Formats: sequence, structure tokens, C-alpha cells
Amino acid sequence: MLNYIRRKLIHLIPITFAVTALSFFFIDLLPGDVADAIAGVGTDSTVIDEKAVQAIREDLGLDQPIIVRYFSWLGNAFSGELGKSYQTGQRVSDAIALRLPVTLQLLVMAQFLAVMFAIPAGILAAYRAGKVTDQIVTTFTFAFLAAPSFIIAIILAFIFAVILNWFPATGYVPFLDDPLGNLRSFTLPALALALIEWPILSRVLRNDLIETLQEDFISLAKAKGLSNAYILLRHALRPSSFTLITIVGIQLGNLISGAVIVESIFALPGIGSLLVDSIHGREILMVQGIIVLMAIAYVTINLAVDILYGALDPRIRR
Amino acid sequence: MTSVPASATPSGLDMSPSQKYSLGLGPAFWLPIIWMGALLITVVLADILPIHDPTESDFTALKARPGFEFWLGTDVLGRDIFSRVIHGARISLTVGFFAPVFGMIIGLFFGMLAGYYRGALESTIVSITDIILAFPNIVLAMCILFFAGATMINLIIVLSITSIPANTRIARASTLVFAGREFVMAARSQGASNLRILWHEILPNIVLPQLAYILSFMSIVIMIEGSLAFLGVGIPPPTPTLGGMIAQGFPDINTDPHITFLPALILFLTVLSLNLIGDQLRKKFTVRESAL
Repeated sequence: MLNYIRRKLIHLIPITFAVTALSFFFIDLLPGDVADAIAGVGTDSTVIDEKAVQAIREDLGLDQPIIVRYFSWLGNAFSGELGKSYQTGQRVSDAIALRLPVTLQLLVMAQFLAVMFAIPAGILAAYRAGKVTDQIVTTFTFAFLAAPSFIIAIILAFIFAVILNWFPATGYVPFLDDPLGNLRSFTLPALALALIEWPILSRVLRNDLIETLQEDFISLAKAKGLSNAYILLRHALRPSSFTLITIVGIQLGNLISGAVIVESIFALPGIGSLLVDSIHGREILMVQGIIVLMAIAYVTINLAVDILYGALDPRIRR
Repeated sequence: MTSVPASATPSGLDMSPSQKYSLGLGPAFWLPIIWMGALLITVVLADILPIHDPTESDFTALKARPGFEFWLGTDVLGRDIFSRVIHGARISLTVGFFAPVFGMIIGLFFGMLAGYYRGALESTIVSITDIILAFPNIVLAMCILFFAGATMINLIIVLSITSIPANTRIARASTLVFAGREFVMAARSQGASNLRILWHEILPNIVLPQLAYILSFMSIVIMIEGSLAFLGVGIPPPTPTLGGMIAQGFPDINTDPHITFLPALILFLTVLSLNLIGDQLRKKFTVRESAL
């Protein structure tokens, strides 16, 4: 097991380097001078201040070779120093730290709801595989797979906020101020994310369950006269949920993409809406910091999932 | 407990008994085909059809309901929604066609190299796809468009990049299967070069299974394009895009829901159609594969 973890960690190192390097070099895709762009030159209503531009150039060491710049940036990034906004003076790491809990809460609630939908649907579809119930579940998963997250979010906002007025359409309530109001403000965004997430989980679970149900120990359980529900929940579900766990990790990228959209629609002050706002405000260092955070989070969580998977199923440790 | 039929295949591709024995494709295939056909024809002929100018405002008819003059009504600036939907769909379909095709070509190339030569080349290629996957696709697209500029060409490039990893994996997996088959060994023993084997023996065998996935990639790309336009980071106004129209109508959703929901419906039906057609074709295709 330790050997397996070490191999996985070694694989992580080049990926981390590549991911950070890419996030860093995105800046150099900008047409024109980077320091000008960071100072906001070219956007409306900004006075061109040569001294400010010069200060940025020195801060970021833009006159140095790109490799030197990358490693000094990487060193700073590892100690949590991602630069600051030259328009508001806010540090990138502070802005991220302020917004991160919102996104984490959204992702956890969404993932929880998605699993809550997917498990019954997957079990039902596998139990009645090929029958009408299965086809109904499959049709539903199909329809949800075809709906982009922003359309699902808009429909939810329209039904539950505009017509029924059950939940607020926008706005965020901190948990410590009002726990119930906080959950209310997260319900629709989390539901929107869960609805795009559950079809994939449900399909994966269904297919794995169908395979498990053909194993000998299920026949034995049936021969012992155990009830269907008991066999499905106690005997079949656990060995069928391995793929589900890996999918949860792989789907994280999708979920983050969804969070960007859903946070913008429901005006949740998370990392995703920070990214969109920073792009519209041309806050280059902020954008860079957020991308690198998201990519590292994805890589790390998938490593954790791999290790968990190896712990659950000794066969894949090789 | 009812026994699970042995024919149950992965990923929900089960067929009802009536479909199982007939080779014809049902309405779940033909309806999407008709929708896509009609959309394609309208989109291609958009410039010569007698429809309103998509960017021209009629200030006497702001937020008009669907009617005789404006078939699907007008938006907040009095622009004809029907005409804007068609022009928006044109952008979606253009991007949704070229990006997956480029992604497939590049993915086939690297996937074949990885699956055929194995070794260090394979691990390098797999690592590169892992790196692309580390960036959530919408986030990657947003950032590249932000840094490099939101033009049609950049949109196609960035969305091709997002479809490379999956294409590479599929191509690599099918190359692995065919690289060990007898006809490849036969070709090699006759002195065929690696290049010739890849081009003449392996490519013809893996290109069809790869094509079976392209419609799914098209639907994903169209969804991402819609999301980017919705967030205001896609192709900028005044060019009409479906996502942009949905975003613009959203503030008025309680009084004029048609401005938001009509473009959303078009987008949904298009993505659903591509998924349905792709699924049916794949189903037919895998049936033929297993019958061989």
C-alpha cells in the first residue's frame, strides 16, 4: 500500500509542475505588454500612469527571463503569495480565502444531493434492468444530460424563486448569521449542480449493480430466502460502488465548471463568481491565482480518490 | 428478484425486445434527425431567408410576445428572437462541428501513437492528457479566451483542446486491441513499415468507433459554447449567440419568460438530438461489432 501511495505521489510531481507552468504562462498569451494590461491600461476610465506600470514591472520582475520568473512565482505561490490586485489593492490569496468556504459548501451540498438522487435511481434501474422502470430512469438521465447547467439553474430559479417563491433567487446568507437562511440560500444552487451530476452517477451505479447481481454470492443470498431489498442494500450496493467513488473524483472538474455558472446565476460569492468577475474586470493575477488553485485541487483530490480506491480494492495496487 | 437479462449492456444501451430484432431505427432516431436537418438548412440559408435582421431594433415593439410579425417575439431591445435564434444556432453549430472534428483528428493521432508504440511515448501522451484534464473545461476555455481574445477561431481552438483527452483515450484503447490482431502481424511479417501499418491496417479499423462518439462531443461542445456566451466570455455582442440571448433575457424572466426560454429550448433540443442520434448509432454499431 505504501509503495502504491509513493508511486502515485511521484506521478503527481511532474503533473503539478506542468499545471502550474501552464497557469503561469497563460499570462503571456495576452497581446501587448503584460504590465500595461495588469495596470488596466486600455480599459476605459483608467489614466495611464507610467510610474504604476513601472512598479508592476519591477514587482513581477518582468524584465527577467521567463524561466526565472516562473520559479520565483512558484516559490511565492507555495507560500500562499499570489500577488495582489493592482486595481483594488486586495491580495489574491485573501480574496480566495474569503470566497473558498462558499464554494466548498456548495460543492459538498451538491455532491450529497447528487448521490442521494443517484443511489435510489441506480438501484431501481438495475433491479428492473430492461423493464419499463429502467427505461423511465434512463430517459430521465438522458434528458438531464442534455440540459446545460445554466439552463437547469434558470428553470429552477424560475419555478422555485419566481413562481412559487419558496427560495431566494439570489443572495447569500453567512452560516453564522442565520443557519437556516444559509441553507435556504444554498438550496437552489446546490440542487442545480446535483441535477447535472446525478445522471452520470446513477448510470455508473446501475451498470455496476447489474454485474454484481449476476455473481454467485447474490444467488446464494437469494437461496437463503433473504428479501430483495436486503440483498440489494446490504449485499450488492457496497461492492458496486467502487466505480462510483472514482467517478466522484473525475467529475470534480465538471462540478467546478458547473459551480462557476451556478454561482454567477444565484449571486453566491464563491470562487466561481470571483473568477467571472475577475475576468470581466480584467484582474489578471486574480484569474491566474484561481486557475492554479482549481487545477491543483483537481489533481490532489483525484490523487486522494486513487489512494482511497487502492485501499478499498487491493487488486488495483498491483 | 427478477433475473437480470443477459443482454443488459453497459451505459444504458439496453434495447426493448421490439428493437432487438428489427434493424430499423425508431422515432427516437428520426425525430432528432428531422430537427437537426431542419435546423441545419435554416442556419445555412439564414442570410437569404426572408427574416428580420438579427441586430436591428424595433423600438415600437420591445419585448413583444410571439406573434404574426415577430414569430417568436422580440427581446428587450426589440430585436427579432426568431432571427437571433437562427444566427445564434449558426455559431453554436459551426463551433460544435469544427472543434470536435479537430479534437478527434488530434486525439486519433496521439492515441494511435500511444497505443501502438507504448513505452515512454505512451506515458508522455497520457500525462499530457492528464494535464489538460486538470483544468475544468469551462474554466480552461474562459481563461484562454480571456487571455488570447474571444474570437471564433480561438473558441474553436480552445474547445478542440478540451476534447483531445477523451478522444486520445478512446483511440489509444482501440489501437491497443487492434495492434495485437493477426492481420497486423501478417502485415508486419510481409515487411510493412510501422507508418504503413498505422495508416492502412489500424486507422480504418478504429476510425468508425471513434466517429460513433463524435456526436456526443458535438453536444458537449455546444453546451460549453452556450455556457461561455451565457457568462459573457464567449463571442461578444452584438453577434447573437444562444447563451448571450438567455443571459440577456434572464433579468426579465418573471415578466417576459419567452425571451429566456425560447433560446434555451432550441439549445436543449439541439443537444438532446445530438445525444439521441449518437446513442442510437453507437447502439447499432456495437451490435454489429459483437455480431462479427
